[in-house]
Amino acid sequence: MNLEAIREKIGYQPFLLGVFALLASGALAWASSATGAAIAAAEAKDLRDSLSEVLPQGMADNDFLKDTVDLEKGGKTVTIYRARKDGEVKAALFKVAERGYAGDIQVLMAVDNDGRTLGVRVLKHAETPGLGDKIEVKKDPWIKGFDGKSLGDPAPEKWGVKKDSGIFDQFAGATITPRAVVKAVKGGLEFYDDHRQEILGGQS
Amino acid sequence: MSDNYGKLIKDGLWDNNVVFAQMLALCPTMAVTTSGTNGLGMGLATTAVLVVSNILVSMIRHTVSSQVRIPVFVVLIASLVTIVDMAMNAWLHDLYKVLGLFIALIVVNCAILGRAEAFAVKNGVVASAVDGLAMGLGFTGALTFIGLIREFLGSGTLFAQASNLLGPSFAFLEMKLPGYGGALLMILPPGGFAILGFLLAGKRVMEKRMDERAAAQAEPAAA
Repeated sequence: MNLEAIREKIGYQPFLLGVFALLASGALAWASSATGAAIAAAEAKDLRDSLSEVLPQGMADNDFLKDTVDLEKGGKTVTIYRARKDGEVKAALFKVAERGYAGDIQVLMAVDNDGRTLGVRVLKHAETPGLGDKIEVKKDPWIKGFDGKSLGDPAPEKWGVKKDSGIFDQFAGATITPRAVVKAVKGGLEFYDDHRQEILGGQS
Repeated sequence: MSDNYGKLIKDGLWDNNVVFAQMLALCPTMAVTTSGTNGLGMGLATTAVLVVSNILVSMIRHTVSSQVRIPVFVVLIASLVTIVDMAMNAWLHDLYKVLGLFIALIVVNCAILGRAEAFAVKNGVVASAVDGLAMGLGFTGALTFIGLIREFLGSGTLFAQASNLLGPSFAFLEMKLPGYGGALLMILPPGGFAILGFLLAGKRVMEKRMDERAAAQAEPAAA
């Protein structure tokens, strides 16, 4: 029987589909195992790079990717990365998220033992290009305005954008975005305050 | 028809351009053309997938019966894109960070299934590869062109971050118009539709002129 005739048989169709599904799964499984390690390494490097950006140089001598605590925050698990120097925790790094104008804004922040921010960076957002994206450090230095701030400095009622009689600038045409970032950072500092003992692990 | 490579290339690049003539793949076109670099990167990734998928579809065209060809092609293209996605994530991680979101979009790019259906399933391997390459490059050209216009009008730059995509030696491509704030509209989706509309109209006018000129030249010869 030639191929033309076999091709029209009813049993041929499911067999063919099955063979292709099998081949495709095989190829994907092979590709996944071949790339898995390299992808994990690249992602770990990304995380290390962004963590290093919020942490001032020379603050840590440990591998803070491996020194973590998992805490509960509003039903979700937050991973805290601890930067140590000479064995003592010097700073805590963690991610917070707040709803912005378009979807969640993910913020990475580093907090020192006195509850002051060492650095804040926006990791991921979907704000309007040209208006809300000034929260990115490469577009605008605005986000550096959080450095050195703590829950008491400025006073709690000043933790807002200028429109809400706070101290942080808003952008022309975009108030919701900076408001969300301010709220995220303040939430992060409060979270740190609530869990200071667990993060520092008994050390004062 | 299938052996005329010159015509295949001209078809892909101009006469039957994926975006400007077939009006396919407009979803990725609108999504990624906010800058010339994004358009170029997406176009090149799509070209790679298109060439490989055309070759594979052409190779199995006698084995696959016409009743189940669509699911088979979809499985094939989806696997191919997933492998490209993982390979880029693993070994071209910096480029992946720029384009990562869009790579998965290639699966739903109807141009790829369209070429498999319209061309590769009826033609030989070499012709299919040439067709895939020509269509892909036509798509790349269209995306880069739209991207450059939107980027120039929208943010006053050309090929911003091109060195991320092509390597530091291409940094000379990056240009910035000093003192121009940019028209935000062009970066947003309406700008994409507007630019595409103008370009389509422009292509029609050009083709009409070319036809008229060809007709004018043909007339004295006939007389």
